[in-house]
Amino acid sequence: MDVEERTVADQADLRERTIRVTVNGTTYERTVSVRRSLVDFVREDLELTGSHVGCEHGVCGACTVLMDGEPIRACLMLAVQADGAELTTVEGLAPLSGEDLHPVQQAFWDHHGLQCGFCTSGILLTAYDFLRDKHGATEDEIRHAISGNLCRCTGYQGIVRSIQAADQTWER
Amino acid sequence: MKPAPFDYLTPTSVDETLAVLREHEDDAKVLAGGQSLVPMLNFRLARPEVLVDINRVAGLAGIGVEDGTLRIGAMTRHRALETHLSSADGAWALLHEAVGHVGHAHIRSRGTVGGSLAHADPSAELPAAVSALGATLVVQSADGTREVAPEDFFEGFFTTSLAADELLTEIRVPAWPAGTRSSFLEVCRRRGDFAQVAVAAVVTLTDGRVTQAGVGLAGAAPGTVQARSVVDGLLGREPDAGTIAELAANFAADLDPPPDSHGPAEYRRHLARHLLVRALTKATRPAGATRASVA
Repeated sequence: MDVEERTVADQADLRERTIRVTVNGTTYERTVSVRRSLVDFVREDLELTGSHVGCEHGVCGACTVLMDGEPIRACLMLAVQADGAELTTVEGLAPLSGEDLHPVQQAFWDHHGLQCGFCTSGILLTAYDFLRDKHGATEDEIRHAISGNLCRCTGYQGIVRSIQAADQTWER
Repeated sequence: MKPAPFDYLTPTSVDETLAVLREHEDDAKVLAGGQSLVPMLNFRLARPEVLVDINRVAGLAGIGVEDGTLRIGAMTRHRALETHLSSADGAWALLHEAVGHVGHAHIRSRGTVGGSLAHADPSAELPAAVSALGATLVVQSADGTREVAPEDFFEGFFTTSLAADELLTEIRVPAWPAGTRSSFLEVCRRRGDFAQVAVAAVVTLTDGRVTQAGVGLAGAAPGTVQARSVVDGLLGREPDAGTIAELAANFAADLDPPPDSHGPAEYRRHLARHLLVRALTKATRPAGATRASVA
């Protein structure tokens, strides 16, 4: 496709689209390239850099966000696909509790649930989603729930302890 | 930007989708849940000129039962299927077990039943499950609708009989008779991985004898396979331990799985044989039998 054709394509919304996405309660309207990933959109267009970009093919879980209440890999969605959707990123977690830190975050602070912190935002959202409708989770259930999020620092012990603690402290 | 440039289309009806596919044929790629396609786009292993996103097509998602047949819209998310069938028993419980092995919760939020089937990963769970269940795959094009059996749909390594202008729109799973049990067993290196080998087994017992059965395997060959010789060997017989062991051993011996970094072909043959024994034992044990009584 030559340059002239490409310009025509752009005008026809084939290569760029204007989308409206609500993130952590704030609605944003932006024009994006159709091949921009959702996590790149959140980080670079909205400057919400808490969501991390790890493997970019759905393996590591660092980009986990909640879309319309469900955990997803933000690297496996195009930003244009989120038009009209509601997202929660790690930046939106504390405000949900009205405290400085959400109880899940506080538990990670208290129980050495992170070391370098790269995987943490994804694991926090995964743990939040898991604990929302689970009380009294066993260690095996917790390990199963976080099996889609890789951590290369902690050996997972601190993470599991943190989630066990949050299960006790989070009133829900 | 990771993916190569593409034109992005968002049809809102099946007819519009079929017209777009007819227009662009091999230049187009259908985007369903994106859990396999988007990584391929990011790696530029797939470089379609036109990406046809069917997430906004009306009427492609949903689960219902009609005349005893379970109808699953192609865009039904894995998580929706898992939730819907959480208390299923008999044959359809197989789908619940199988879909629980698909990736992680994050993947199942977005991944679709139709996407998994059309992608035809030889190690994927759902192709093996629908093969065992004798499901019908409903395929549409601008010319009309055809109903395809799993053995005519899955053609091998990431290959199906879907033409470039066709769309998988629905999966119909038949009712199985009373007395049907099922079992889905998988071995994989880590939770959420694709199967090294998985076995899906459905068996109907009438007065102690097998009157209907289906067995599908993932990871045991370059494509999804059905264990026809095992099914034929079971029909009409009492499925005692000796019969099951012999049929499984004979079937596995004929398999020629591709070796990879996780193990040689012999390892996958070993897994196939033993998973077949365990799945068939589980699917044929008397109701209420304990684990110990079939060990």
